[in-house]
Amino acid sequence: MVVKVITSNQAVAEAVKLSKPKVVPVYPITPQTTISEYLAQYVADGDLDAEYIRVESEHSAISASIGASGAGVRVFTATSSQGLMLMHEIVYAAAGMRLPIVMADANRAISSPINIWNDQQDSIAQRDAGWIQLYCENAQESLDTIIQAYRIAENEDVLLPTMVCLDGFYLTHTVEPTEIPESDKVDSFVGEYVPKYSFLNPNEPKSLGTLADPEYYMEARYEIDEALNNSLKVISDVGKEFGEIFGREYGLIDPYKCEDAEYVLIAMGSICTTLRSVVNEYREKGEKIGLLKIRAYRPFPVEAIKEALSGVKRVGIIDKNISLGVGGALYNDILAKLDINAYNFIVGLGGRDITPKDMDEIVEKTKNPVKDITWIGLKED
Amino acid sequence: MIEIRFHGRGGQGAVTAAEITAKVAFKDGKFSQAFPFFGVERRGAPVMAFARIDDKPIETRYQVYNPDYVMVLDDGLLDVVDVYSGLKDEGSVIINTVKSDLSLKPNSSTIDATGIALENLGVNIVNTVMLGSFAKKSGQISLDSLIEVINETFSGKMAENNAKAAQIAYDQI
Amino acid sequence: MAFNGGVVSEPGSTRRNKTGSWRTFKPILDKEKCNDCDNCIMFCPEGVINKEHDINYDFCKGCGICAEECPVEAIKMIRE
Repeated sequence: MVVKVITSNQAVAEAVKLSKPKVVPVYPITPQTTISEYLAQYVADGDLDAEYIRVESEHSAISASIGASGAGVRVFTATSSQGLMLMHEIVYAAAGMRLPIVMADANRAISSPINIWNDQQDSIAQRDAGWIQLYCENAQESLDTIIQAYRIAENEDVLLPTMVCLDGFYLTHTVEPTEIPESDKVDSFVGEYVPKYSFLNPNEPKSLGTLADPEYYMEARYEIDEALNNSLKVISDVGKEFGEIFGREYGLIDPYKCEDAEYVLIAMGSICTTLRSVVNEYREKGEKIGLLKIRAYRPFPVEAIKEALSGVKRVGIIDKNISLGVGGALYNDILAKLDINAYNFIVGLGGRDITPKDMDEIVEKTKNPVKDITWIGLKED
Repeated sequence: MIEIRFHGRGGQGAVTAAEITAKVAFKDGKFSQAFPFFGVERRGAPVMAFARIDDKPIETRYQVYNPDYVMVLDDGLLDVVDVYSGLKDEGSVIINTVKSDLSLKPNSSTIDATGIALENLGVNIVNTVMLGSFAKKSGQISLDSLIEVINETFSGKMAENNAKAAQIAYDQI
Repeated sequence: MAFNGGVVSEPGSTRRNKTGSWRTFKPILDKEKCNDCDNCIMFCPEGVINKEHDINYDFCKGCGICAEECPVEAIKMIRE
């Protein structure tokens, strides 16, 4: 075990190297680019024994991923923002074909106006595709989550592609101390990928990505839904097992000081680091406040959230995305599934920095709500 | 917690300077973090980068608004950016310049980092030079760890030259 | 608030962004040596050299391509 001061992008690349995919088709895009650069380097240096495909677009990156995964090998790809938008059609196909591809998404705003900075609109726009979506808080979690993602995606009760989301710049370009686990430990944790169906076995020929007429289509969709629901338990189990081996346990959610809280802030991704210190600050002043970090956004962990929020008076839900006209995506999911007094804060779109003053405003407006949905940090004129 | 803000231009190495600072501080046995804020990504455009150093894990992810130290890698930025913005009362600023007619605040020191870089590296990439002066001036990072990280970050002649440039800046400021 | 999808409603506004301050080195042309080949004009990525080979230092970023491309070495790069 060594500790290195690295970015989340490098942490992801290290995790990919440890997870040993056989095919890596990637197309570079800010702020994901260094992931593809590190992986190209590892392959060139012989540190990662994989086919690195320099595809001509993101549409091709995910298409090649489907081809490789369909052929029965472990696959990794990565993208961001407009790249993920270009993948959209094939993102659905990957889930529909039940291929356990692992993809990192460096969360970045969507055009127009064009913007290279962070928010989570890109991955949120893919939430209905049938992929598992796990949001990371720091470089360590990014590394650990990639490794777990293969175990989750390749589980026979799941067999779904998994998207590991990391905030652009706030994580992708931030260096911080990160533990790199030993290779043999990861080997025995992740294991060899043995596909359920071997599509390239001439003795047992199978077709993939076929047409399903009205006679079959609904069943195929139902099975994806079922698989996504199955993944709830798998994500928990894999996170626990990871904790036993590597000393860092992960779950669907991560509640912080929620047990006796009157008010709870709910958020996803890198902002949770700062929010935890905000909670500590207000706790010192005697405020009963907590933080609920959502790690698994898809599948949506309704029961776990309900349990964490039992007895909570009111929640402030922080979204780095906007489903235009109805507020943030996380807010709407919680409203749909929980009977709770909830208020929504739209923050950090297109990289707008979320300052201590913004945090105070969020806490204040959760305690004394003014309206259902508030945009934080908006300029006055 | 010590917070440092770097002002530079794309290509001068402000982002690498912040990253090296974090790596050096970690080597010194502290916790650290560093990240950039890019404007548009092109050579010459103004960029900012931030570093934080603490004895405990860092629980902050927003930009540095009240720095203890500010490093200015290009004096041309003094006209376009308020490098003193939010600087703590006891904070200090190190500016790469050869000009003597700048109106600087009392807590500022200057160094001809471009001169040292051109002489030792042949290019105007001043990050390691600035960090040499930062190590001396602030005492927040050690020169030994700085040289170690430079040797891990660069290789061969480049590492040697950068280490030398850092040492010269350390001795000079 | 009238952002209109990020429309730039005023033409020529990039003229206000004087990129000349980005320079470390400044190109100086010796017009005596110049053989009028116009290479510097053609190669300048910023289009800051006019037909008389005057360099507009408000916008020249000091990249040095003109000096590199000059066949008679009439352009020298001098530290600012």
